[in-house]
Amino acid sequence: MAEKVTLAVFSGELDKALAAFNIAIGAASSGMEVSMFFTFWGLNIIKKNQGPIRSRGIMRKMLNFMNRGGPKRLPLSRFHMFGLGKWMMVRLMRDAKFPSLDEMIGLAREMGVKFMACTTSMGLMGISREAFIPEVDSYCGVATYLSEAREAKVNLFI
Amino acid sequence: MKADATLDCIGLYCPMPIAYTAKKLKELEAGQVLEVLADDEGIKEDMPAWCRMTGNELLGIEEEAGEYKVYVRKSK
Repeated sequence: MAEKVTLAVFSGELDKALAAFNIAIGAASSGMEVSMFFTFWGLNIIKKNQGPIRSRGIMRKMLNFMNRGGPKRLPLSRFHMFGLGKWMMVRLMRDAKFPSLDEMIGLAREMGVKFMACTTSMGLMGISREAFIPEVDSYCGVATYLSEAREAKVNLFI
Repeated sequence: MKADATLDCIGLYCPMPIAYTAKKLKELEAGQVLEVLADDEGIKEDMPAWCRMTGNELLGIEEEAGEYKVYVRKSK
């Protein structure tokens, strides 16, 4: 049986998401079975950033208005500078022929990386399934994540 | 060294060279040799590590003017 890698992706910043997908793609390329569990701000990485905000209540509506997410909308964890720093980083990546986060998500999927979305964070923040890209394999909680993580040789929290 | 196929990863950074190597090797038969061209120096450590993990055979790495030619034989 293939060795397993599990990643708990908590952060919703571009740089951290790139690191997570870099490891996921590297592991999948090395014949390992990879699961990524997206929770809290990490959910922003797998949002599609389209369609109406369906959450109930003024606070959740406000939160999801300001926190729409989507791979193209993630800030940098340092030197974001109201988007200027991010714009520069994206340019540097393009010049270096480094794949965009969108492309990395696509490649990871192509290689069989599994996506899990945390229902607790979704409930708390009022995010519905429609907010996410269709590639999400399961909507689950910590027990499902742990059942995979306990079998994994590599388990990271990003 | 003679290779059955060549993969050009010049200008690409980690993890793309190993990602593409894994992909390309799937198209080859067991025993065939893939030549990977790369200029990210991480490849010197990464390809041997990748071969150890996947059980493919690293035949050698040639370096010339900051570019690397890496030879991998598909094992199974």
